[in-house]
Amino acid sequence: MSKNKSAAINPAMAVKGSLKKRVLDNWQLYAMLLIPVVLTIVYKYIPMYGIQIAFRDYKASRGFAGSEWVGLEWFQRFFSAPTFGRMIKNTVLLSLYSLLWSFPIPIILALMLNQMRFQRFKRTTQTVLYAPHFISTMVICGMIRIFLSPSGGLINLIAGTSVDFLTESAAFRTIYIASGIWQDAGWGIIVYMATLSNVDTSLYEAAKVDGASLFQRILHIDIPELTPIMVLNLIMSAGGLMNVGFEKVWLLQTELNKATSDVIAVYVYQQGIENAKYSYSTAVGLFNTAINIILLIVVNKIAGKISEDTSFV
Amino acid sequence: MKANAKSGKLTGLSEKSSDIVLLVVCAIILFIVAYPLYYILVASVSNPYDVYAGKTFLLPSQFTLDGYKAVFADPAILTGLLNSFKYTIIGTVFSVVVLYLAAYPLSVKDLPGRKLLSIFFIITMYFGGGMVPTYLVVKQTGLINNMWALFLPGGVAVGNMIIVRNFFENSIPKEMIEAAEIDGASKWTTFIRIVVPLSRSIMAVMVVFSMVAYWNDWFTAMIYLPSPAKSPLPLVLRNILIKSSASASQASTIAGGFAELNKMTEMIKFSSIIIAAIPMLIIYPFVQKYFEKGFMAGAVKG
Repeated sequence: MSKNKSAAINPAMAVKGSLKKRVLDNWQLYAMLLIPVVLTIVYKYIPMYGIQIAFRDYKASRGFAGSEWVGLEWFQRFFSAPTFGRMIKNTVLLSLYSLLWSFPIPIILALMLNQMRFQRFKRTTQTVLYAPHFISTMVICGMIRIFLSPSGGLINLIAGTSVDFLTESAAFRTIYIASGIWQDAGWGIIVYMATLSNVDTSLYEAAKVDGASLFQRILHIDIPELTPIMVLNLIMSAGGLMNVGFEKVWLLQTELNKATSDVIAVYVYQQGIENAKYSYSTAVGLFNTAINIILLIVVNKIAGKISEDTSFV
Repeated sequence: MKANAKSGKLTGLSEKSSDIVLLVVCAIILFIVAYPLYYILVASVSNPYDVYAGKTFLLPSQFTLDGYKAVFADPAILTGLLNSFKYTIIGTVFSVVVLYLAAYPLSVKDLPGRKLLSIFFIITMYFGGGMVPTYLVVKQTGLINNMWALFLPGGVAVGNMIIVRNFFENSIPKEMIEAAEIDGASKWTTFIRIVVPLSRSIMAVMVVFSMVAYWNDWFTAMIYLPSPAKSPLPLVLRNILIKSSASASQASTIAGGFAELNKMTEMIKFSSIIIAAIPMLIIYPFVQKYFEKGFMAGAVKG
């Protein structure tokens, strides 16, 4: 069917002949794909197949499919873990607050920078804003610890106090989110700046002639231009709501701030890699993924409704 | 008409004032982003006691390069630095080659099975086996404590592959490829002689993205390379930056030889941060205009 169709559109292809000949003609292209495909099968698809150990009692000698079936035992154990409720709450709240704070900031930055008329200053600002994105989480967390040190850390010096912020569970989310914004808000503007660069500049000129202020131009020209990509980004972030990054939480966690810093990702690592409880850790990870998928579907539906409604406005 | 002229005057005024407001706000944002890095840079060449006494907000105090000397005298950090260079170079070459090998065939419109192959890769962006099943496969394939554990499981960076594929589709003239093939060039020759040279800009971006990822990565190494002799720089720094902080705050109350040791520890913290951050901060501005363009192409498509 599809062969007929393409032959009709492109007569050159009809000359090239049958599917078999086309496959043979392209053998070098298939050969190029060999390494990427093998890597993907071995390190992506086989681990997916290995998820079944969440329902089994994994023994290395018996392999993924050969280990004994235990049903939902690991899930039940996780649900009755003493820190289960705390981990769910911390994971959801940490990413929800992160999303609420870090979603709008790149948009505001991009809207502002886009209106900047001093091109040189604009370029410099962009370059500097990207910088923290290129620094390792390890280094960022080292800096956070230096700045928050109770004896002579920058924050305590400025405030004239000697608070050990990393032992305060009330401060953990603020530290995590603020440093996250510092590191990645600048990088986040790229896609918005790119979208805004598509705006026809004559629109601005026309609006100026009509007496629209800077704020009105942003409101009526820039924001509608950004809306589709904003919705898309929001959907993507909401779908990853349970995907709190492991690295930063783990590096900033102390015994004393665990009341707010205890999240599922850290638990998966500790149980799976440190304690070698392979099946249990896989079950916890799978539970996390399942919630994520449900969230993604729900948010997608909602976003679909909203964009349908707004398209009439 | 009259009203228009009047408001034109008004906006003329507010244009200037809004420019100034924008400039001031941007300057404040610039300061917030740049100052923490500047502060660490100043601290790295100052006496750490002065840093913690708040004497180095703007300029170094008792200028010294002892921190940097101590970093390069520390065998663990040096090993980490060398490992990081090695992993970054080999990993980047490997990743970019694999990226190109996957992206080019998928950009050829009449390749039978192209759609299915694309889906095969894209699925792995959304679903994965998770930490433990992946770890078990890496272990089964004998890569624990082997440098290739850093490169192979990441395999194909699918997001980047799509960017490169789009670049091939949109920015390489079809006529050139067809002309080469009519002249009898094989698919492989066309790829090497035409596609690769014409895609230097996107290759530069991918090289920088890979370099940054490998230079900054420590989590993969922590899981797959347990031997300390194989640790990359960020993982070595973990002992200095993260683990020492509790003992350092206790030690600051103790005088004498321990205080001297503590002083050194603090200096190493500052200078090692600079050493770990600087290489990537120097490199990215060179390809900034390319990655901005790359995202633009993506945005136009989306």
